[in-house]
Amino acid sequence: MFQLIFFSLLNGLVYGMLLFMLSSGLTLIFGMMGVLNFAHASFYMLGAYFAFTLGLHIGFWPALVIAPVLVGLLGALVERQGLRRVHGFGHIAELIFTFGVAILIEEVVQLVWGRPAKSYQVPVLLDFPLFRVMSSSFPAYKAFMLVVAVAIFAFIFVILTRTRAGLIIQASLTHPGMVAMLGHNVPRVFMVVFGIGSALAALAGVIAGPVLGTFPGMAQVLGSIVFVVVVIGGLGSLTGAFVASLLIGIVQTFAVAMDVSVGGALAAVGVHVNPGSALHDLWKVTIAQVAPILPYVLLVLMLIVRPTGLFGTRET
Amino acid sequence: MSKPKSVLVLAVIVTLLAGLASSATPADPIRIAYVDPLSGPFAATGENGLNQFKYATDAINKAGGVLGRQLEIVPLDNKVSPQESLIQLKKVIGDGIPFVFQGNSSGVAHAISDAVQKHNERNAGDRVLYLNYSAVDPALTNEKCHYWHFRFDAHADMKMAALTDVIATNKGIKKMYIIGQDYSFGKAVAEAAVAMLGKKRPDITIVGNELHPIGKVKDFSPYVQKIVAAGADAVITGNWGADMIALAKAANDGGLKVPFYTYYAASDGVTAAIGAAGIDRIRLVHESHPGNPNAPKALSDYIIGYRKLHPQNDVNQPRIHTGLNMLAQAIKRAGTTDVDKVAAALEGAEFTNLSGDQVVMRREDHQLQMPIYISVHTNKNIKHDLDASGFGLSLESKVDRDKATQPSTCKMQRPS
Repeated sequence: MFQLIFFSLLNGLVYGMLLFMLSSGLTLIFGMMGVLNFAHASFYMLGAYFAFTLGLHIGFWPALVIAPVLVGLLGALVERQGLRRVHGFGHIAELIFTFGVAILIEEVVQLVWGRPAKSYQVPVLLDFPLFRVMSSSFPAYKAFMLVVAVAIFAFIFVILTRTRAGLIIQASLTHPGMVAMLGHNVPRVFMVVFGIGSALAALAGVIAGPVLGTFPGMAQVLGSIVFVVVVIGGLGSLTGAFVASLLIGIVQTFAVAMDVSVGGALAAVGVHVNPGSALHDLWKVTIAQVAPILPYVLLVLMLIVRPTGLFGTRET
Repeated sequence: MSKPKSVLVLAVIVTLLAGLASSATPADPIRIAYVDPLSGPFAATGENGLNQFKYATDAINKAGGVLGRQLEIVPLDNKVSPQESLIQLKKVIGDGIPFVFQGNSSGVAHAISDAVQKHNERNAGDRVLYLNYSAVDPALTNEKCHYWHFRFDAHADMKMAALTDVIATNKGIKKMYIIGQDYSFGKAVAEAAVAMLGKKRPDITIVGNELHPIGKVKDFSPYVQKIVAAGADAVITGNWGADMIALAKAANDGGLKVPFYTYYAASDGVTAAIGAAGIDRIRLVHESHPGNPNAPKALSDYIIGYRKLHPQNDVNQPRIHTGLNMLAQAIKRAGTTDVDKVAAALEGAEFTNLSGDQVVMRREDHQLQMPIYISVHTNKNIKHDLDASGFGLSLESKVDRDKATQPSTCKMQRPS
């Protein structure tokens, strides 16, 4: 039992931190532009594919740095040449634009790299079990993922709260007009944040690619859950994204381990459901079976009870 | 318009007209729809299936086609969604395409099968034939069987019977864990495993019987931890596509070293993902010779030819070749593409497949009767590897056709 709890906790943390790397960029971009960037998960996918291809030529470690930088530049270009032009036509236009970019990226990835999954492997240096507890092992690579994610969180946190650049970004979030009056180039701030957000997503892709698989559907698989994180955490709130990511990561991991069903719980307190009743199938469903939809249940509950999210200040 | 330009335009028009005239062939092609995922998480599986259909079609066309006409595969993307499949089926019917191949997901198969049955009952004049090359829920040729559905793959119970025969001989296994995708096929696998193990090895306890949503799980580590915590000696899974890749990866990472008995743990990225960690540990039940160590010549040549065109893909579904060729043979025998006559010709039809096995389309339930093979994941004596990874499947045992057969509860209603 200890083993199960211990490893579930670790796995939950790793998954949660991965979600955080994706959602941190998304929530910043939303906070600033008021637009949900549908293409965000596509930048995550591009990160994985760029790193896979670069890794074949120059190895994993240089690719770990170069791929996010390339995707970050691409993100900045998308903002500068696309999103900024569309901005004048209102939020709907921006939303549709990012949606289009997401489809475009997925198609281009399929054209360039093909549809089958790429065999993007964990670097040899990290391909060993870090430690063993009883009969399970914890791979070193997952520990590496954790370290990178924590470092990113610390980095963003320090930049946003302790530096002058962070001050300007935060001010641009809430008072863009005033910041512009003070002589700062607000559109450029937007472009930089969009680029950095995309680069963060790409970094998440680079380190998640070998574990979660590198295939054209990878953006779609993770895309929806990232929106859940951002909404639960509160739109635009970095702390919120952090807490919500960990919450979802851990809830989902632990839920899988639980084979309790409503019927079973009722039986434990002496209430037996008639096997012939229409709801019998529903009672038999275990928490483990519904684990992957739990985040969405959480999303609905959050929107009903607290529409601003955990740490948000405005209604979604 | 300047002079040189108008001359150019004229030249283009003339060539186009000439092209039109010469391209008018004496006979239209026989169109065959392929309705399977070409986007989303299972696109890799669907794409490789499509390539195998085109490859098998090209061979038939090069040999002169069927009734002097060429075969043409019309790919339609269903995103493994029953709703999308029904929309595509409407298109197929609207375009007057008489034959539909589909294989990925029994959930989709049930939807198409029902729709085809209803359509054919109401529209005697323009019927369609549903040719199922891969959806193996036993119900499709049992309680849900009908005249317009033909299956070219061994169904889940036939495969599970072979798999449990192998498991029964491994005395080291005392605790079995079953994990699968939460839909009709995953449930059929779990039910068959529990029932058959209960008969063949009553001493084995089922320590876990897990269903997870199909195509939605990103990381299988929590499931692997659960398998470890349950103390399982072996795992049975019907997972395929992205769900199989992710499960294999998580098992490798989590240090889960028990044998896996699977339906689809090979090709489309799975073999590469399993790699060295799965040697002599991952077993697979399928309908064809795995190509190693000594492949029948026909299969070997077929694999080599396919690999030349698609170096990254494998011939992981030789049943596509079987299905397509049996259809071609039935059309030839019927002398027409009329669905009623082709269906009648398919019933009871015999064919020698790439593995050199004689297979028969059983009249009673339209389930193809065939031998079943069990293979093991290895890198020893591999002539035809998978995923270009150096690893592949090697033959371990074969169950003959008359032993692999399963009774059917089908009461076939034939059109009068």
